[in-house]
Amino acid sequence: MSRRARLAMFAIAGPGLAVVMLIGMHGMPAFGHYHGVYGLLIDKIEVPERHATDLVTALNFDIRAFDTLGEEFILFASVAGVALLLRKLRHERQARRRRGIEDHSFAGASAGLQVASLYLIPLLIALGCYIVVHGALTPGGGFQGGIVLAAGPLAILLAGRYFAMKRLAPEWMLEASEAIGAAGYALIGVAGLIIAGVYLKNFLPLGTPAMLLSAGMMPINSVAVGLEVTGAFLVVWTEFLDQELFVERDGGDN
Amino acid sequence: MSFLPYVIAAWLLLVGLYGVVSSTNLIRTVLSLTIVQSSTYLVLLGVGYRTGGKAPIVADIPTSSKLVDPVVQVLVLTDVVIEATVTALLLALVVQAHKRFGSIRPADLRALRD
Repeated sequence: MSRRARLAMFAIAGPGLAVVMLIGMHGMPAFGHYHGVYGLLIDKIEVPERHATDLVTALNFDIRAFDTLGEEFILFASVAGVALLLRKLRHERQARRRRGIEDHSFAGASAGLQVASLYLIPLLIALGCYIVVHGALTPGGGFQGGIVLAAGPLAILLAGRYFAMKRLAPEWMLEASEAIGAAGYALIGVAGLIIAGVYLKNFLPLGTPAMLLSAGMMPINSVAVGLEVTGAFLVVWTEFLDQELFVERDGGDN
Repeated sequence: MSFLPYVIAAWLLLVGLYGVVSSTNLIRTVLSLTIVQSSTYLVLLGVGYRTGGKAPIVADIPTSSKLVDPVVQVLVLTDVVIEATVTALLLALVVQAHKRFGSIRPADLRALRD
């Protein structure tokens, strides 16, 4: 379909969709007037029943733990998809390491930026670990902390040292971290099935609310998810960067 | 005014869709899709908001406080993760399309033409 035909179609369908949505909004509860029962119930029972002070994490890793399992495997499957799409094709070969790429694969990394990113790495890793393990207490958890953790090695890239990043976080390690995280979460569920009788049911003591080791299996689930997210995002980034830096094509187009 | 968050969500959806439809660059198409998806965050958070409600973290506020719905916030968290991975997957497709056709203009993708 040509661009003009698409635009003409949108000129009809777009306003139509807008009208339908406006009519739909008319039947929604006004902003600020919440009518859900489930959310109110969760607000009441989370602390007494789960000993977690971050209700979002408690939902994520306990009450809706099964949904999180699905979410984890969507992440796993899409990362596998990215790796599969960006595989070495027939006409491509691994480029030989060019001189100079070692130090400054990205032009523009000034001395100041390099020093700053050196400072950033330990800070990002410490912050990421903090966010992962405190998921049940304060805002955070495996997904949020995992992204911060993944940004740690990425800071080395910011300094223009891609090979140093690959040495610190080699691909096998990233893939292992992702797989262990995904499998770990599923296996914690199996442990719940064996010990507590229901898949993903909590089987650990709940402890005192607002203490680091409390809320049963939530911290462990959080660490498993953190491992997976860290590995997954670093795999995605290295796949894309490898495309740019290493993949050379045998002459000829197409 | 009480419907403003929903109106903005609808506007984001339409703007994103327009971006997808009018795009002449596949990367722009992917980014437009993320705008479409961000409208769902607004709807979800808007639905769960209670006037005067606090964030559902009771670490330093009394547990009897008026809180917003944490369920929709979990759904938004899921949404964000899915968006990030789907965007990565689509961008990987763009990389391959560029290798195959030497262009990221949708009109140049010959295999997609009729």
